[in-house]
Amino acid sequence: MAELPIIEIKNVSKVFKLQDQTINALSGANLTIAKGEFICLIGASGCGKSTLLRIMAGFEQPSSGEALMWGKPIEGPEPSRGMVFQDYALFPWLSVRDNIGFGPAARSLSRGEVKDTVDKFVELVGLQKFANAYPHQLSGGMKQRVAIARVLANDAELVLMDEPFGALDAMTRERLQDELLDIWQRTGLTVVFVTHSIEEAIFLAGRTVVMTPGPGRIESDNPVTLPRPRDVASPEFNDIRRVLGAKLHSHHAKKAA
Amino acid sequence: MATVETSAPVAATAIKPWVGALWRRLRPVALALIVPLLLLAFWQVATTHHWTLLIPTPYQVGEYMVDFAVGGIYDDAYSSTLVTHLLASMSRVYGGFALAALFALPLGILIGRVPAARQILDPFFQLMRPIPVTAWLPLSMILFGLGAKSAFALVCLGAFYPILLNTIFGVRSVDPKLFEAASMLGCRGNAQFYKVVLPAATPSIFTGLRLGLGLAWFVIVVGEMTGVPQGLGAVIMDARTLSRTDLVICGMIVIGVAGYISDRIVVAIGNRLLRWSPTHNG
Repeated sequence: MAELPIIEIKNVSKVFKLQDQTINALSGANLTIAKGEFICLIGASGCGKSTLLRIMAGFEQPSSGEALMWGKPIEGPEPSRGMVFQDYALFPWLSVRDNIGFGPAARSLSRGEVKDTVDKFVELVGLQKFANAYPHQLSGGMKQRVAIARVLANDAELVLMDEPFGALDAMTRERLQDELLDIWQRTGLTVVFVTHSIEEAIFLAGRTVVMTPGPGRIESDNPVTLPRPRDVASPEFNDIRRVLGAKLHSHHAKKAA
Repeated sequence: MATVETSAPVAATAIKPWVGALWRRLRPVALALIVPLLLLAFWQVATTHHWTLLIPTPYQVGEYMVDFAVGGIYDDAYSSTLVTHLLASMSRVYGGFALAALFALPLGILIGRVPAARQILDPFFQLMRPIPVTAWLPLSMILFGLGAKSAFALVCLGAFYPILLNTIFGVRSVDPKLFEAASMLGCRGNAQFYKVVLPAATPSIFTGLRLGLGLAWFVIVVGEMTGVPQGLGAVIMDARTLSRTDLVICGMIVIGVAGYISDRIVVAIGNRLLRWSPTHNG
């Protein structure tokens, strides 16, 4: 018998009501994610990629369909599913250490255990020198490292990332992409990563899920089999970029026809 | 050519580095003193040129201040009573302020977090808020009698609203993302109140407390119109009746300085507690 997938999205739709308007944010989405995969959800704004991510996180409930983790319905946010937000959402009153230790402390681990966990993850993201700094003293890249460490320190099996590097400059983004891949390969995490950059998706993902808007839906599911580390300038990379680009814009063609 | 030009300013700054360092420390003090000194000069000119005959000169007020503080010059009923009056006023300011905080903080948290409480209480407080403390004076004297209790009540009322409103604002304006972040990290329900709401609201609450304490000093004169024998407000009201303008001005200066020092202490505490907040470093 095949192993149970970590995440199963079965025919999930999400309808938002805004005043007298109803918005079909997500329509009939199906997605199965195995443990250890690196999935990128990619699409233009309004395609439902963030909604799908928030349903996996448990922040939103599907209007219809089922969202399952290890075969059980996702009923609310949980430490096993950690979210990394685009705007970091660090606790500004806590130091880097205490932000990373927030989850372990909330699970009422002993002080020694919290300290050991924090030390380990501060080191993992290379912030030893800034361990006692407050978020407002950090650069965007450092803040996002704290946000990643905070989720990992809480033993998350599944890391959900909502355009985490969108607000960073290109150099920092590339560094963090490398670091994230390194952490993923060393820890065997499962990562679902939302982005609107085709290049970022192909560079990171084992599978790229293309989504299109109006209503938001999954257009196609594309394995990326290039060997890592991937060279964004190689012809193979650019072939995939061209194919995905065409799929991303396919809904325009349909509308015109 | 280039070397000649660049060497000149280097030599100039190298002469006395300690002068620059000293100036950097004294500059804020010097700048802060400009307006008070100009006012003092204007006061001096106005009184020595007899633009008004009812206000004493700065020197007379200074002399009286010394007598008010330590005595030995006029030896009247007010000589060397400054400390007594200051302590009486301070007890009312801090007592009234503490009482206001005791009511306003829990109420503010309740109104900010519980929609039903907000719907019931918020309109009431919005209606009561524009009524000045002065207007409450007669009622306060009927309800709490002549004397210290009335004074406490009025000072408390003066400090109440800024603490209440800023507490409501603080607990209501927590970034919703922080609740999501806390819940996905395993902190849910009531624990979020202590771990997220309260710390996120501290800068606003602190601003409210600071404004409240400032207003407690601001209303002390009204508070002490309730027939208390001691206190800076009582001194000012008595001096007014006795046409002792020098004493009135002394009372005003003492209130100003005491209120200023008290505010500086609060700000220093705030800067320590709110090191994490980029907007609280002033």
